[in-house]
Amino acid sequence: MDGEELTEQETALYDRQIRVWGADAQRRLSKSHILVCGMKGTVAEFCKNIVLAGVGSLTLMDDRVVTEEAWSANFLIPPDENVYGGKTIAEVCCDSLKDFNPMVRVSVEKGDLSSLDGEFYDKFDVVVVSCCSVTTKKLINEKCRKLSKRVAFYTVDCRDSCGEIFVDLQNHKYSKQKIEETIECQLRYPSFEEAISVPWRALPRKASKLYFALRVLEQFEEAEGRSPGEISIADLPAVLKLKKELCEANALNASHVTDSLLERLIIGTREFTPVCAVVGGILGQEVIKAISCKGEPLKNFFFFDIMDGKGVVEDVSSPKKESK
Amino acid sequence: MKGVVGSDSSFSGGVAVVLVVLVIDMDTIEVSNLNRQFLFRQSHVGQSKAKVARDAVLKFRPQMSITAHHANVKDPKFNVEFFKQFNVVLNGLDNLDARRHVNRLCLAADVPLVESGTTGFLGQVTVHVKGKTECYECQPKPAPKTYPVCTITSTPSKFVHCIVWAKDLLFAKLFGDRNQENDLNVRSSDAASSSDHAEDVFVRRKDEDIDPYGRRIYDHVFGYNIEVASSNEETWKNRNRPKPIYSADVMPENLTEQNGNVAKNCVVDTSSVSAMASLGLKNPQDTWTLLESSRIFLEALKLFFAKREKEIGNLSFDKDDQLAVEFVTAAANIRAASFGISLHSLFEAKGIAGNIVHAVATTNAIIAGLIVIEAIKVLLKDTDKYRMTYCLEHITKKMLLMPVEPYEPNKSCYVCSETPLSLEINTSRSKLRDFVEKIVKAKLGINFPLIMHGSNLLYEVGDDLDEVEVANYAANLEKVLSQLPSPVTNGTMLTVEDLQQELTCNINIKHREEFDEEKEPDGMLLSGWTQAPPAKDDKQSMNDKQSIGNGGDSSNALQTEPADAVKDGEMEEISEPSGKKRKLSEGSKASILDATDGTRNHKEVEKLDDDDDDDVVMFDDLDSMTNKKKRLQ
Repeated sequence: MDGEELTEQETALYDRQIRVWGADAQRRLSKSHILVCGMKGTVAEFCKNIVLAGVGSLTLMDDRVVTEEAWSANFLIPPDENVYGGKTIAEVCCDSLKDFNPMVRVSVEKGDLSSLDGEFYDKFDVVVVSCCSVTTKKLINEKCRKLSKRVAFYTVDCRDSCGEIFVDLQNHKYSKQKIEETIECQLRYPSFEEAISVPWRALPRKASKLYFALRVLEQFEEAEGRSPGEISIADLPAVLKLKKELCEANALNASHVTDSLLERLIIGTREFTPVCAVVGGILGQEVIKAISCKGEPLKNFFFFDIMDGKGVVEDVSSPKKESK
Repeated sequence: MKGVVGSDSSFSGGVAVVLVVLVIDMDTIEVSNLNRQFLFRQSHVGQSKAKVARDAVLKFRPQMSITAHHANVKDPKFNVEFFKQFNVVLNGLDNLDARRHVNRLCLAADVPLVESGTTGFLGQVTVHVKGKTECYECQPKPAPKTYPVCTITSTPSKFVHCIVWAKDLLFAKLFGDRNQENDLNVRSSDAASSSDHAEDVFVRRKDEDIDPYGRRIYDHVFGYNIEVASSNEETWKNRNRPKPIYSADVMPENLTEQNGNVAKNCVVDTSSVSAMASLGLKNPQDTWTLLESSRIFLEALKLFFAKREKEIGNLSFDKDDQLAVEFVTAAANIRAASFGISLHSLFEAKGIAGNIVHAVATTNAIIAGLIVIEAIKVLLKDTDKYRMTYCLEHITKKMLLMPVEPYEPNKSCYVCSETPLSLEINTSRSKLRDFVEKIVKAKLGINFPLIMHGSNLLYEVGDDLDEVEVANYAANLEKVLSQLPSPVTNGTMLTVEDLQQELTCNINIKHREEFDEEKEPDGMLLSGWTQAPPAKDDKQSMNDKQSIGNGGDSSNALQTEPADAVKDGEMEEISEPSGKKRKLSEGSKASILDATDGTRNHKEVEKLDDDDDDDVVMFDDLDSMTNKKKRLQ
């Protein structure tokens, strides 16, 4: 992959996708470096997609030990203790992912991402985080934004049969096709902190309920010192109380965030594999767009819910800035 | 198999279900599959997809029961009884014929069918349940693109026409079955070609050296034939005349000196034999010049004779045959140069000639997830929740994934509603054979028909027929309809059946004397059945290499290659919801399938092949289904 031309091997392997996004985009992919932190089923799907796409490298961070929950929704982890015993999630996933595309360098990084400095982040073009607290998300996002080079930032989480993706591409220039011509465009993205600080009243009335529900849960887990997903039906009354408070603070009717949705998300903390495939696929596509600078990336939240079957994009930006 | 099912369809540990899965796929694994069919590895290339997929899935779900059939789903052993075993059928096919076939079997077996398709960034999943929703054939699907003979042989205007000429005419003539009918020397004003003369020209003479032979062929098809065609005033009245091209003008030097030695006796692995390699042209994305194309043309021809002589006379074009692709690209390019059409790279030409469907891992993963979601709804009999889901390339109404309620069955669908069709035909002139070929097989997709008039069997196909029956049916084929043992005249009702698909179709015959030669060249008009429009092509110019992303069609924004107008298989499946009658009104979009029809006037050239990649994946459920916990709550 050194040098400008794609190798014969790459051309043969990537033929079908080069026909989608072109050789130039494929070259950019092969030079890109992705960092992933927090590996559950959805992130596993994303990793599979991005490795198949032929990125330069993929670095995995997840020091948790493999449990039954881990391999039940993460197809990169075989349910065989002989294989995963004694290894961290990242280590097992790394072994599996290498298999998918020998041309991609897959490696493991141990430690706490939020404590690493800018020099570490500078190695990457894309950072994807999952299963972390709202404070951690903000922190990592800020570190990405501090660098002079643009590091694209994504969060992705699935609970029960729902999924959410957040995208921050800072200032993103890209090209898109309109009929027969290529148009150059630009998008400005708010940071994660800016986005979730947008007053709820400023959002469209029909904005996805999932957005609000997940913010409530985020805040609850943060306030209670829980890890993401460390929640049960016993917490429902406290969560509903918090929901009421947040709605009041945002001058929003409490019924706007449905109790049944919150209940569903609390009970079903595990991921559901088909949702992982859908959300991991969307995320994969978005990252490819960001790296190749071709095609309009979504801005800035994506939601999927099996119940209505919709994959919805919400633009949660400060009301003062008109982003076109 | 597209790698769509497999890991993406396994259930998470929370569901207490014993799944029994059966996979059918006739294909073997190729390198180009590996960018998305992630159950397969490089080391599996050449092996059965069904078997390798099964093994891969068992590695992470060892408790599943999976049976793999390395077979064609159209095989008669997969009959209605077979399909009745299953609770749901999931299709990951990529050709219309197989999809229709499975659709009919699922209807006959009354088994719900989850259909799907992807092309690049577009995808869709649909659910079909007999009596409740449309069947797969209720809405017309575009037929594979075909081109009029004269466009290919005389008046090409797009690069794809040059490809078809190079592949189906020239390549076939030089390397394929000599006995096959070939329109290579047919000119639009001269239907009767002297086939003997044509035979002489293309066959290499006994002691003819390869270089002069190559140049002779070159000069004949690119020089002489063009000059002859050019002389017809009528053809070129409103068109630009093509320019004849002679090898001496393009390549004045002696080629053996240029190309280097090709040792005839050296044993070389035929798969690595390449004209590009010989000539040092390394990048398949480069567009060759006329000179380079000409050199490749001669070199490829030479290499076929030098290294693969045994195959000559039996070869058919294969997109994975590097030398064949080089030859066809070169030939198409030279012809294009002649007609003022832009030349294209090998990469682009291969896509067109091979009907390559562009595909990525992400869309397939999304569609796989959606397939499983629908399958679960079917297994739970959650009828109200069934959805047709469209994976869009561009955000529409804030959505990238758009679910739509399934439509009710189409009352005029001859497949699931058994509505009689009407056929206008000249019963004193048209033969039974015409009816069988042009209506029963071509339009209705019934390949093993049984045709009855009342209780009289006019025609049938089968292994169990005795000699007398076979002779009778053969004789019937040659009779005009009104002269059949059981005469077919105005007002007759014919019944056409396909025993395997358990499809019955009733056709009311209406006698009509005259038909318009231009508009109804077959001399027949079938109605009560919607002819699917041809795959969208005409609006997209193959002449320029700009990306072509028409808002509503399936070519996509990130593509830098010219939109491949001849992709069928997948492309036809990606239809956005048309505003037809449905249960609930969701947002609807105009169908991307325009009825652009200007090409039906002439005799059709053979259809371009599909990429045959049949597979069906099915879930079988045992009694333990009744104990299953409800997952979606």
